[in-house]
Formats: sequence, structure tokens, C-alpha cells
Amino acid sequence: MTVPVVITGLGIASPNGLGKEAYWAATRAGRGGIGPVTRFDASPYPARLAGEVPGFAAEDHLPSRLLPQTDRMTRLALVAADWALADAGIKPEDTEAFDMGVVTASSSGGFEFGQNELRKLWARGSQHVSAYQSFAWFYAVNSGQISIRHGMKGPSGVLVSDQAGGLDAVAHARRQIRKGTRMIVSGSVDASVCPWGWVAQLAGGRLSTQDDPDRAYLPFDARAAGHVAGEGGAILIMERAEDARERGARVYGEVAGYGATFDPRPGSGREPALRRAIELALAEAGCAPGDIDVVFADAAAVPELDRAEADAISAVFGPGGVPVTAPKTMTGRLYSGAAPLDLAAALLAMESGLIPPTTNVDPDPSLGLDLVTGAARPARVGTALVLARGYGGFNSAAVLRSSLSD
Amino acid sequence: MTGRRVVITGIGVVAPGGIGVKDFWSLLSEGRTATRGISFFDPSPFRSRVAAEIDFDAEASGLTPQEIRRMDRAAQLAVVATREAVADSGLDLAALDPYRVGVTIGSAVGATMGLDQEYCVVSDRGRLDLVDHEYAVPHLYNYFVPSSFAAEVAWCVGAQGPSTVVSTGCTSGLDSVGHAVELLREGSADVMIAGSSDAPISPITMACFDAIKATTPRDEEPERASRPFDGTRNGFVLGEGSAVFVLEELQSARRRGAHVYAEIAGYASRCNAFHMTGLRPDGAEMAEAIRVALDEARIDGERVDYINAHGSGTKQNDRHETAAFKKSLGDHAYRTPVSSIKSMVGHSLGAIGSIEIAACALAMENNVVPPTANLHTPDPECDLDYVPLTAREHRTDTVLTVGSGFGGFQSAMVLTRAEGGVR
Amino acid sequence: MNTQPFTIDDLKRILLEGAGADESVDLDRDILDTQFEQLGYESLALLETSSRIEREYGITLSDTILADATTPRLLLDAVNAHLADGAAA
Repeated sequence: MTVPVVITGLGIASPNGLGKEAYWAATRAGRGGIGPVTRFDASPYPARLAGEVPGFAAEDHLPSRLLPQTDRMTRLALVAADWALADAGIKPEDTEAFDMGVVTASSSGGFEFGQNELRKLWARGSQHVSAYQSFAWFYAVNSGQISIRHGMKGPSGVLVSDQAGGLDAVAHARRQIRKGTRMIVSGSVDASVCPWGWVAQLAGGRLSTQDDPDRAYLPFDARAAGHVAGEGGAILIMERAEDARERGARVYGEVAGYGATFDPRPGSGREPALRRAIELALAEAGCAPGDIDVVFADAAAVPELDRAEADAISAVFGPGGVPVTAPKTMTGRLYSGAAPLDLAAALLAMESGLIPPTTNVDPDPSLGLDLVTGAARPARVGTALVLARGYGGFNSAAVLRSSLSD
Repeated sequence: MTGRRVVITGIGVVAPGGIGVKDFWSLLSEGRTATRGISFFDPSPFRSRVAAEIDFDAEASGLTPQEIRRMDRAAQLAVVATREAVADSGLDLAALDPYRVGVTIGSAVGATMGLDQEYCVVSDRGRLDLVDHEYAVPHLYNYFVPSSFAAEVAWCVGAQGPSTVVSTGCTSGLDSVGHAVELLREGSADVMIAGSSDAPISPITMACFDAIKATTPRDEEPERASRPFDGTRNGFVLGEGSAVFVLEELQSARRRGAHVYAEIAGYASRCNAFHMTGLRPDGAEMAEAIRVALDEARIDGERVDYINAHGSGTKQNDRHETAAFKKSLGDHAYRTPVSSIKSMVGHSLGAIGSIEIAACALAMENNVVPPTANLHTPDPECDLDYVPLTAREHRTDTVLTVGSGFGGFQSAMVLTRAEGGVR
Repeated sequence: MNTQPFTIDDLKRILLEGAGADESVDLDRDILDTQFEQLGYESLALLETSSRIEREYGITLSDTILADATTPRLLLDAVNAHLADGAAA
């Protein structure tokens, strides 16, 4: 029998709310955080909207020694990790160092930090590049900085699979806990809202060029024409169910199943692999499709990708067979931060008996989804499926089971 | 599924000094070095002007013009190494269920070379703050997300199982293979294409290592610049490369009559939780990773025949890991040959861990331990047997390989000869 | 090239810009002879600081100077010696 692993702490930095309470208050009410880019002048670019985390002043939360050496995504991640640990009631200083690890995901690293150093390099010369460029931009930096801040010496890691990576990290954290590590800080935070990041994302061809925040990111809608990029994510505290129970922790839910697949080579004509990822996750969780109360969709807002996702969901659950939602319509796509935030949303949905809505979307009926639109839908959420896909063909699926359900 | 034993049945290497396993092993076993003055760009403004570059011709290595256009150099190296590994394994991938074949590729710094060059263009050499998207290459997103490396390898082999990039700084190459082993053991895949790739020899990387004086300024004698464990060493030599393995379960490898290089019997990773670039001299966390890896392999430290060191050639590292070997293996550390191939192929950041695993498998295959080149002057604080200058014939059944990286990551892996029955 | 003497205030400004300050340390008290390590600055912070000094003052500090300058006073002396050399040359 495998060891049940649960989530006991949430730390959230989202465009529609900084901190768990603010995030959930906004999300359950369908209040979005997408707006014009403020972090740089986006007017020369075809995409001018973003989901930016509001009101985050790193110096209010972090020692000044850390500021010159950290990208925005690392600052957000460090603060979210502090909050997640506090939420879980875990004091790292009281825990054996080798019994705590950090497994995060990253999509593009500290891209803004890298941008600033590249500019110095090319404009002023190599002597102007910061000593911190040796690590501040790289993909492993958040795991490293969190482990240092909290003295965590256990197994750690960093997975990069674009948007799917957020679930891959959580699954890897669970793997390490099953192998014997007591607690892992997992989840992910990404932030690349900077000119250089913008140019790279524009090259991907999936950014929406709409200027109206309510019409820019419309997954599963006939008007779907790309997504809005956002920043943020969620840090999650994971531990063995037994340990959580013993220390009397509040348990949000169990990571009961996971599956990851990769799409066939473009042009192969074979079925995309998302359905298989869903089936693997359900099988591991011991769930029949009918046991799933809600699906948090990847929601690409690219018509053929929406179609592929809807087809995979319908193939498993039947047409309209399960409520589907995409609260990321309120935040934009957060890259590796997206799926951990969806996991957090699913856990909060369980707690409050509400499925948060997919905002602004008028569902394309031909997709055959029961999309939760308009307002949050009251529902008993005992089991949730979260989907995440990464550019190039990465598919990941995770099943969460409420601790309240038994 | 916990009884599943994971073995290496195919190896592909693209490293400085040669493309392919054969050239790679010649270089190592002959103790030659592939470090040289940087030729990729004008190194004159830099403090450190040496690197271990690969003479790599993507087209001659079999990549098509479109593959070359869309891939950063590191992805190209990975695909070439993958093709060699698959051919070497004799595995008929088309006959496998694609959902049972997965990919893990390690990389510390992703598409650094492509990003550096592209930034120069879209910013018009740093002139524009608001960089110009009209000048970006269409495949810039592939550079933005290094997960594209895993995607390219998956397409190359037709894998549809779990696929990802593992990025834990300079231990990425060990951790990527370690991750694949975990997926095989738990039954998430039957075959893993696992390895790593980095191609970091670009102005931004040289500049950031200059800034922390991590790379050697021994620019006058580039071929002798990388000298781990030598008393006169003063920094590492940046390298590039890729190594990829075909990993599968021992029984199925035996059933199909595959050549088995080695079993990956144990692996562990720990963090020092101390400093992003600094190491405490006691090596405690690396020692712990070694202890856990040996434990997982159910092997007594006394049985280790060879230690493939991280041996980057910084004073801090060499002392740190010497302490870790003593702490984890006790007196046996003094009796065990230890060497660093970074003396010959440089330090290719996230790639080197896999390249070193390849060196270990080949050391077992040949019962020859590769040397530490350029080691002339002993450092009294590094008092183990570092196999100076020339390779050594040595019965090698059990190997320990370690890595240490920025972010505090410390990893260890144990390889054994896959003979014998169920452990 | 800037040939003004390099003062403790210059050093504090550069330290703050390049590495921040440890919350438990008061840089405004007399720190001239306090070890950098006790002030909360480890080797990486000092490397960043020295490269900022090098850029701002147009000098090159050797590895030995940096290794030996373990307190603000020693670093000030080393930098000012360089600046004097530059002015004399």
C-alpha cells in the first residue's frame, strides 16, 4: 500500500489576490486580476495585458540582504513559502533538517533578472554583469533559496515542463515523501512580465492581443484567441497523512493520483496524450470517472488546444459529464505557477463547497463541456482533477481528494 | 514494482574532444585534455578566456536544417547523443508502447547561448530597453522554456510517457538520471531516455563566472587550465556537452539479450541549505547523499572501487568533497582511486553529471579508471589518491559518482556491475 | 577616472546597493575594524561589492587584495592605495 500524502499549507501569490484569503475571496466571487501591463511600457507590443500580482513589496517581507540577489519570481516564491509554512503550522527550525526538502517547478527561470544582466553585458560590457547572475536567473534558484532560508537539507529538485511542471513537481514531492522524507515544500511561482519575457512569449504565438481584460482570455469560447500571461502561483506544504494527523494539522486534501504523458510528434495524426494522463491519474487514485466532482482545466484558449482538452475530458467523463472550470481566466496563465494555484483553488473549493467560476467565457456548445461560468456553483467537492499542459506536448493530471470526504 | 532493478543499456556522448562514446573514452583513457582558448566569441574582455569547446557540426551529426533552426545548441547536442544511445542499445523503440517510454533531460542553464545571442539582436546590442519583438527568431519560445529539450528528445524517440527537464544547477545531470531511475522503479515507465545537456559557453555565462571568480584565469596555458585537486588550481574551466542513456529494467534487458553496461543501484540528493554558491568545508550534506545512495544500493562503502569526483577545480569544492568522501567512506576513502574528468572535458554545468556517469560506465566496462589530468602539485588538504595524469588499470565493479551545485544541491549515485541474481 | 579618496560612506553605499544589509547589523556605528563576515557579508557579497568598486573607480583589485581585506578599513586602504597609484602614474 502506498503512503497517503496530503497538503497542509498553502501560500498564494496570484494576480487576483496576494495571500490565501485575498485570493479565495476574489476567486469565489469571480473577481479577476487581469489588466494593462504596469511593470513596463507594453504599448509597442501586440499583447498589452497581464495578470500582475498586486501590491507586492518584497522589502516588507524579506531581508534586504536577499533583494539584490533575487528575481521577482524568487521573492514571490520565498514569501509564499513563508506563508505556506505558517499556514501549515510548521516551524522548520524545530524539524530535522534532512527530513525537509524543496521541490519546485520553473518554466523560464528568473527571466527579468537575466534580462537586466544581458542588457548590462551588451550595452556596457562583461565587467558590469552582477555576481548574482551566476544563479539568480537559473531554474533551480527558488528551490535553492527556499532550502537555504529554512534550513531544509532533504531531497530537493526542480522540474521544467512548462505549464505541466507545476504538477510534475508536486508528484515528485510526493514521491520523496513516500520514500521517507517527512515534509516537502512544493508548488511553483513564475514571473516573466518584462520586455524580454514578452518578446519570448510573443514568439510562442499564443498571447492574446485583445485590449479588453474581459475579452482577452476566453478558453472554450468560440472567440478564443490566445491567453493573457500572468505571474505568481502557489507554494504547497506536503507531508504524510499520518504525520499530519499526529501533529493535529489541518489537512486540506490528499494528492491521490497523478499521471504524466507526452503528445505524439506533431503531424503523426495520433491522438493527443492528455486523455491517457487523466486515466493514469484516476487509476492511481482508485477513482471511477463518476467520482470526480470537478475538473480544473488547463484552458489554453487556443482553439485546437481547447478542442483537444474538451475531447479528452469528454472521452473520460462523457459529454457534459463533469463540471469543468478554469479560474485562471481571472489570473492569466501563470506557467509553472498555474497548476499549483489550481490545486490550491481545488482544495479551497472543497472547503467552501463552491466551484469557482470560469469568468467572461461564453462556452462554445460544440465542445460539449459543462463549464462553470458566471458565478461560483455550490457543490460538494470531494474529489477534483487538475490538468496542466506545457508547450511542446507535456500533459499532467492530478487527483485531489478532500480530507472531509470520509 | 519496488524490486525493479534499473540498468544502462545504451550510451551516447557528445563531449569536448570528440563526438561519440569511442572518441570520448579515448580522450579519457589517454589522459588528453580538450580545454582551449575560447573560439566561439572574442574572449579578450574576459578574465577567464579558456573553455572546453566541442567541434560540433550539427549537419554532419545528422540534424536537418529545420531541426537546427528550431533548436538551441544544447538541444542539438542532446538529440545527437540520444540517437547514439538508442542505436547503441539495440532497442526497437517502434515496437514499444510509446506511453511506456519517458524522457528526462537535465540542464542547468537551458538555452543560454540562444538567449544570449537573441537578446543581443532584439535589444540591438543593449541599446533598447523595450526589446524589439519584430527581430526575434520564430523559435525563441523554445529557448525561453528549456523544457523544449525534453520535447525534442521525446520526438526523436517517439516517447509519450512521462517527460521533463530536471534543472538543479550543476547536479542536473545526476539528478535527471536519478529521476528516471525513480520513474522506472515505481513502474511509471519501462524505458527511460535519460541524460542531460548544456551549452553554456557564451558571453553572459563567462561574465557571471568572471564576476564570482569561479572560472580559472589561467589563460596562457589553456590545455592545462583545468587542474582539480592540484595545489595550484584556481577555478574551473567551462565546458559543454551532452550524455544520454537508455535505461531499462534488468530482466527485460536480459530477455532481449541487451548489453548491460551497469546497474544504477543507488541514488540520493541532499541540499546544504547554506549558501547559493558557497560550501561548508565539512562536506556533511554530500556525505549524507553518499550514505543514502549506498544504503539504497545495499552496498557497504568498503566495496566502492572508484570514485568519480565532482572535482571542479575550485579550492572550495576540492576540499569539500575530499572531506565528504572521508566522512562517508572512512579509511576506505584513502584506498580508493578518485578522479575528476573535468580536468579533461571541463565543467559543462548541468550536463557534466551525465557525462560523468558515462565515464563511470566505461570505466567499469574497461576496468580502467580515467585520470585527473594536470595534477602535478599535491594540495596537503586533498590527500586522497586522485589518479594523477595517467589512466590506471583497476578492477572496477562498483563506482560512486557525485555532484555538487549552486543552490546547495549535493547528489550521489552508485553504479554496480549488473551480474548476479536478485539482490 | 575618479581619483577622490574612497571613504567609508562610499563603501557603505556600495554595500547597500550590491548586497543590502543584515537586519541585526547597524552599519552606522563604527564598523571600520569589524570583520565583513560579522557584518553579514560573505564572499559573494564581497565579490559583488568589489566589482562595483572596480567599475565605479576604474581600478582592478587583485584576488589577493580581496582575500586579505577582511575589514572595511583594510578594503578602504587597499582601494585608496590603488587610486593613489593611478593618480601618480
